[in-house]
Amino acid sequence: MPTYWSIASASFRQYSTYRMATAAGVFTNTIFGFIRASILFAAITTAGGELSGYTIAQAATYVWLGQALLAPIEAFGTREVSQRVHQGEVAVDLLRPASFLGLYYAQKLGRSAFLLLGRGIPPLVIGALVTGLALPEDPLSYLLGAFSLLAAITLAFLADMMVNLAAFWLIETRGLTVVYTAVMNLLSGFLIPILWFPDWLLGIARATPFPSMIQTPIDTLSGRITPLEALPLLGVQAGWVLVLAVAAHLMLRLGVRSMEVQGG
Amino acid sequence: MNTPQQITPDQHAPEPSEPLEPALELSGLRRDYVVRAPVPGSRRRRRQVVRAVDDISLSIRPGEAVGFVGANGAGKSTTIKMMTGILTPTGGSLRVLGREPVAERKQLAREIGVVFGQRSQLWWDLPLRDSYTILGAMHRLTDRQRDARLERLVDGLDLGAFLGRPVRQLSLGQRMRGEVAAALLHSPQLVVLDEPTIGLDMVSKEGLRRFLREDRAERGTTLFLTTHDMNDVERLCDRIVVVNSGTVAYDGPLDSFRAHLGAPRELVVDLAEPAAALSLPGSAETAAVEADGIRHRIRFSGAELTVPALLSAIGAQVEVRDLSLTEPAIEDLVREIYGRSGLA
Amino acid sequence: MAENSRPRSSAPSDPSTPSRRSDPSDRPVSTARMVWTLYASRIRSQASFRTSFVSDSLGQVLIVGTEFLELWVILSQVSTLGGMTLPQVAVVYGLGALAFGIGDMLFGEIDGLSSYIKSGRLETLLIRPVPLLLQISSLDLSLRRIGRIVVGLAMYVTALGIAGFQPTPMLLMLAVLAPLAGAVLFGALFTMAGALQFWLVDGREFANAFTYGGNYVATTPGAVFALPMRAFFTFVIPATLIAYAPTLVLLDLPGPALIPSWAGWLGLPAAVLVWIVAGLLWRSGVRRYTGAGG
Repeated sequence: MPTYWSIASASFRQYSTYRMATAAGVFTNTIFGFIRASILFAAITTAGGELSGYTIAQAATYVWLGQALLAPIEAFGTREVSQRVHQGEVAVDLLRPASFLGLYYAQKLGRSAFLLLGRGIPPLVIGALVTGLALPEDPLSYLLGAFSLLAAITLAFLADMMVNLAAFWLIETRGLTVVYTAVMNLLSGFLIPILWFPDWLLGIARATPFPSMIQTPIDTLSGRITPLEALPLLGVQAGWVLVLAVAAHLMLRLGVRSMEVQGG
Repeated sequence: MNTPQQITPDQHAPEPSEPLEPALELSGLRRDYVVRAPVPGSRRRRRQVVRAVDDISLSIRPGEAVGFVGANGAGKSTTIKMMTGILTPTGGSLRVLGREPVAERKQLAREIGVVFGQRSQLWWDLPLRDSYTILGAMHRLTDRQRDARLERLVDGLDLGAFLGRPVRQLSLGQRMRGEVAAALLHSPQLVVLDEPTIGLDMVSKEGLRRFLREDRAERGTTLFLTTHDMNDVERLCDRIVVVNSGTVAYDGPLDSFRAHLGAPRELVVDLAEPAAALSLPGSAETAAVEADGIRHRIRFSGAELTVPALLSAIGAQVEVRDLSLTEPAIEDLVREIYGRSGLA
Repeated sequence: MAENSRPRSSAPSDPSTPSRRSDPSDRPVSTARMVWTLYASRIRSQASFRTSFVSDSLGQVLIVGTEFLELWVILSQVSTLGGMTLPQVAVVYGLGALAFGIGDMLFGEIDGLSSYIKSGRLETLLIRPVPLLLQISSLDLSLRRIGRIVVGLAMYVTALGIAGFQPTPMLLMLAVLAPLAGAVLFGALFTMAGALQFWLVDGREFANAFTYGGNYVATTPGAVFALPMRAFFTFVIPATLIAYAPTLVLLDLPGPALIPSWAGWLGLPAAVLVWIVAGLLWRSGVRRYTGAGG
């Protein structure tokens, strides 16, 4: 356990030194937040002040929480593990006296903690000042929201890891990363709330783990759903964590085996 | 040393073929960098001015070959960056082929050829030949000029076997030869080589040096070379400039540099039978006898004594089973220079 | 100075005998041929990785698809967005995507300038007798963006048909000119984004706000933006002039406050203006680099 903790905190400190990059990220996140909010506000205003359960204030909260979660979730995917697989360096990782997935998960948590505080919170504050936010009435929402957020970060980590581990079998994974990013942005409810989807698309989205990565934590944290309504969704998140953890673990084992067979 | 030659620049040119202006003229050249150094025990950083080059003055005649040596961080790369127009001097002045490097960077680029030993200038994914097509176009050569020059380069640098191979698949030695050809394609008057032999094996190094000598003999180009390998300087240059902490610590002909420095080479011989200290020619001396008289370490000056001469003197006395030769590291020479000039 | 004005003495062909001037192999490479050689080499080197080219292009198509799906989902809930119906929005989106795709293909990697600075590769480009911008643009030309260009073009043409485009010679000219002017404008935005990195080496993401942010705005009906934002994205970063304003003209729609429909003709002048700013910024960036060092 101390190993994982020190890795997580080292990762946090490392990211906290990229100050210019953090400032740039906050700026860009904020601009995109304003663009997204404008589009949703226009739609809600045209619909007469409410659209599929979203008022202007709720839409604002939805947008700014989404912008805040974008960084810690790392919705645009990472490439480190796939590059290590291609360069054969992953063999070094596997020799370490600690779990492969555990090490990278610790890194991810440390990194995400900084990204949430450094890049996520500032746009949320700016948004709150400019467009206002709808905050939950029940304090329990914050507690459940924190759990939901942790589950979301875990899920995003596992799914991204699976994309990276595909490098054991694919020569080039950039195309896969692009596809994953596009699908995740849409089906997670990051671009627009999944409740606005037509039924067939909503059905597809609900059959995937993606809404658990963004829509669920946003809904829980914003108080758009009550803690009682949030509980089953947290259960869904936990289920997906279990499924993806097993799947990622299997992929790693199969990948290592195929690497050993091919000798490199 | 070099007497300035621009006393009467335009009035009485003695011979039109003799250019009056130095190929390279650095006077009081200085360059400061501003860095933000972390303050120990604090998260803040402090502005700090680092002087990379401090008052370098040099005048190099057209056709001269100069080795520019010094320890890492002595200011060599910074000087080269200023010469090529990548970096503006903080103080002093420099003219390269009569031009102001930064202001006339692109014009100058047509007249100088540069090899950065650790940075490729070739097109990584394309066959080597394509890099020359592109560079030929960039330098606006005619097809005829390019093809004739390339033929000479392919021949002299032995590129023929891998011209069609993508650069990323070349060995380091092959790639370096390709880099040199790229720098020489437009027949530059001034050739600047920054560590051209770094990482190469002996055979590749020697091949590269042979061609650089030939090309210079044919075209009379000016050569400016930085290196860590003293053999590069010995084989290619007739003048050596040693820099230390951004200033010139030594500047003079290579011969007097060697004489100046005494005997830094070392020959290690393992004998078939133990022997006491051998009698050696010239100023060569036994530095140590090890392994009960089997291994002898002999120091000698490369300037006054060749290795075969030394070996035959030894062979006349004892039977040699194995030998190795330690080249004088440039750092040792430079350290000696620094020591003498009281800079160390 | 006589030394410098003399032609390269050892150049293989003798310049004093210009008798065979007509022989093309004796003619120095023209600027046009030099530029073509640079871009053609980059195209060839990308063609050598065919598999990843196909998957990357398809990935681009998918991204365009999900982006448009966002607008489509909204318009399945409400009848108009920013005063425009779905086919009208599709014209804006297709035109914007087409313009961005072309600009991105030619200049899209300039915002990666910081990696050239950090790796020292910029120095090897600076010792060549060719403008830096041309070298970087050709070195990083990315053909996979063709996916976005194809989808954008298809959507633009189809949506124009559905939305009831009434062509006149002037309008046809605008329809052809608008994506090109937009591409030029995006090229200038990318160049500005790259130039900023001479000052902010770790600030690549700042650039995204103007380039990708500009694309987001350009592919959206401009009337959705509140007045301050609309003003910013029309007069400072003229993203609404790329697709939204021309669409107003093409489909004969009235414009909202600050964007009269005749602004649809302002794409090209705006592109020229932004290029002037981008060029100045780039030049002073290079000057800063050679002054400050790597």
